[in-house]
Amino acid sequence: MAIEVRIPTILRNYTDGAKAVNAEGATLEELISNLESAHPGIKDRLVDQGALRRFVNVYLNDEDVRFLGGLGTPVSDGDTVTVLPAVAGG
Amino acid sequence: MLSISQELVDKIVAHARADHPDEACGVIAGRDGVPERFIPMENAERSPTFYRFDSMEQFKVWREMDERDEEPVVIYHSHTATEAYPSRTDVSYASEPGAHYVLVSTRDENEVEFRSYRILEGAITEEEVRFLP
Repeated sequence: MAIEVRIPTILRNYTDGAKAVNAEGATLEELISNLESAHPGIKDRLVDQGALRRFVNVYLNDEDVRFLGGLGTPVSDGDTVTVLPAVAGG
Repeated sequence: MLSISQELVDKIVAHARADHPDEACGVIAGRDGVPERFIPMENAERSPTFYRFDSMEQFKVWREMDERDEEPVVIYHSHTATEAYPSRTDVSYASEPGAHYVLVSTRDENEVEFRSYRILEGAITEEEVRFLP
């Protein structure tokens, strides 16, 4: 078992076009590091100066991780993590 | 080029007028590049100069589109004091490479500007809009 990470269109160039990839880790931070080793460059699109980027939404199952514990949020096998760039502008 | 029904255009404009002077925003979902399903979104910022989809609402809507095999064909928002042209912020946060970015300006009470763009890797390309009956 592993954790499924759903990748938005704009980041699929890091995953050879895959809509979802598997990764491992005990926290979201570890999961992203694990993701980075298989898909170099992707971490920088998600994390900036030790925190999730402001305009990237990350969800653990059905919850926004901002309301859970950010990068420290515990994750476990069978979870689904979804990444969605925030739709925003001025 | 964006081909869109007059009915959908009217809905976008009505939403923009209703939320004025705050910016309004939303999505038209569809398949094969054809805009069909009107989804007005809440502007979580409730601001006259900025918009951002509410993160939980976006999650639900994106999942629903996924289940229905749809895509965000149009992403729209309004400018309430300036022209219907993408701002620098619009360009820096544009994250749906396949979407038509529709801008509506409500700065004039009587006249509406309705324009469409592709925003790819920081470059803005305006496109023709064809209004279908």
